[in-house]
Amino acid sequence: MSNGNIYYPYLMRIENIIDEAPEIKTFRLTFIKENEGKNFAFKAGQFGEYSVFGEGECTFCIASSPTRTGYIECTFRRVGRITGALAEKEAGDIVGFRGPYGNTFPIDNWNGKNLIFIAGGIALPPLRCVIWNTLDLRDNFKDITIVYGAKTVAELVYKYELEEWKNRGDVKVLTTVDPGGETPAWKGEVGFVPTIVDKVAPPSANTIAIVCGPPIMIKLTLPILTKLGFTPENIFTTLENRMKCGFGKCGRCNVGEYFVCKDGPVFTFAQINTLPPEY
Amino acid sequence: MTERKIINKASLDELFNKLKSGGKRIIAPRDKKGKIIFEEISSLKDIASDYIQTTLSPKQTVFPRYEEILSYQFENRNIKIDKETKKPVPTVLFGVRPCDARSLSTLNAVFTWDYIDTSFTSKLENTTVISISCSKSDEYCFCTSVGGSPGDTAGSDILLTHLDNDNFLAEIITEKGKAILLSAPELFSDKDKSASGGKDAPAVEKEKYLAHVKPYFDVKELTNKLTKLFNSDIWEEQSLRCLGCGTCAFVCPACTCFDIQDETNGNYGERFMCWDSCAFALFTLHTSGHNPRETQAPRWRQRLIHKFLYQPERLSVYGCVGCGRCSRACPADMNLLEHLVEIMEAQ
Repeated sequence: MSNGNIYYPYLMRIENIIDEAPEIKTFRLTFIKENEGKNFAFKAGQFGEYSVFGEGECTFCIASSPTRTGYIECTFRRVGRITGALAEKEAGDIVGFRGPYGNTFPIDNWNGKNLIFIAGGIALPPLRCVIWNTLDLRDNFKDITIVYGAKTVAELVYKYELEEWKNRGDVKVLTTVDPGGETPAWKGEVGFVPTIVDKVAPPSANTIAIVCGPPIMIKLTLPILTKLGFTPENIFTTLENRMKCGFGKCGRCNVGEYFVCKDGPVFTFAQINTLPPEY
Repeated sequence: MTERKIINKASLDELFNKLKSGGKRIIAPRDKKGKIIFEEISSLKDIASDYIQTTLSPKQTVFPRYEEILSYQFENRNIKIDKETKKPVPTVLFGVRPCDARSLSTLNAVFTWDYIDTSFTSKLENTTVISISCSKSDEYCFCTSVGGSPGDTAGSDILLTHLDNDNFLAEIITEKGKAILLSAPELFSDKDKSASGGKDAPAVEKEKYLAHVKPYFDVKELTNKLTKLFNSDIWEEQSLRCLGCGTCAFVCPACTCFDIQDETNGNYGERFMCWDSCAFALFTLHTSGHNPRETQAPRWRQRLIHKFLYQPERLSVYGCVGCGRCSRACPADMNLLEHLVEIMEAQ
């Protein structure tokens, strides 16, 4: 079928499209060949190369959970040429997918621990995979807290799921928008993510923090987590770097001794602290 | 076990004919208006003579500068991916320098660690490398500083050493080399009968015919040194002249970084990989506009540290064979050897 060609993509049909926020969409993709879908397996944190035939490939994490089988989802912002072409696609159209690539969040090691997910803006999608994965195995974990912020209410993604998570009763969900980003109807917090984390984080002793967001958010959140007693080994993130191949050959995601595509995208801050600032 | 034979020019030409009629193409250095380029040749007389180093490396034989990795047809809203894979052409890569032969192991390490690029491996498997050792070198050569030598056999299936006008010593190094020998054993002899007195192949003192390339530094020390220099000012100083043109990567036999792009023509589309370079700003530019390597200095640092620290640590190969092409070709006259020596001396 692929004749051993490592660049051969799965053909996927766009099953459903959700407009999340201005210029941000979620696609649900299903395998056109049933047997490929049956044999496909991935773990939380892995990514893939999504292709628009005729335009090229772009890299995103898989935003759906491995506990939900039969499809994968990706959430992306329309920014460049390829995401622009992807955003033009309609339900029923065909795209390509190569993957899964990269390492995973070590969810199995987190049994019996509290989890706090901290995300900003378009960085919730890579964590959503882990959130759903842990929620689907809810009994394995103690308290689960989600702190999610965006500049404005309009820019929050997965608004329907944020509601669903809030209504479950077994997750603490705090959504926040930057001052000035609120609407009259907004019932969430107003303020920056690090401030909220400071207020609601569970005791650090038995807690894993999973952080993903714009560099400024990460920069300001880390000192708060450190103050709360989190060690770098217990703070996880997922990095992005420009990629083409996805498996350590094309060279561009190289940061220090690591390839983000092979050794990442999931890193602890103990690892990040040893990296040159080339991500 | 290496076998030693003598082959003369007439026999070599005959060997080419034999290989060609056996279905092999022969790629060898040709003189194209002063630039020495690897191309298919039909006889020995097509081959460039009197050059120290070819202008371009032979890497495109196994890692083409542009190669289709997928082709497809648009059928209304459907996509049909073409199924057939191209069979590699059996190839004899003739006349490469020992440094270039050595570089094949770097390419192989990159394309086969973890995921195996079968398009690359099938080309390499179908290529027999007949190298020619160096009788001359220039001030850009530094193979002996990075583990090679003018008569190094690593990566070659057969290594020829030019003994006199008519005769070559042929060292048969691998099974592939042996297959060539066995395909035409009558063309190889144990003794060179034409020259006065004759040379006995096993007794040839090969070193006498080789260029002397002075060792400038110990590459292990360089690797070690680089672990401490990430934040040094040296990268800024050395790269001030760098134009970011990528010529160094284009001529390098061991550079492997590539890009993947799509192109369409009507209902037909193809996805291809093509050579890229860490010297380009676009190489690492994020869609957000953020660029992890914003200026030429970190790009230059990446080029060197990748070749002399990351690659040996991770893949046990160096990303440099000391061929000197990048220095010869640089439009801004950046000399890799000089820069490496400077790095060795840096505090």
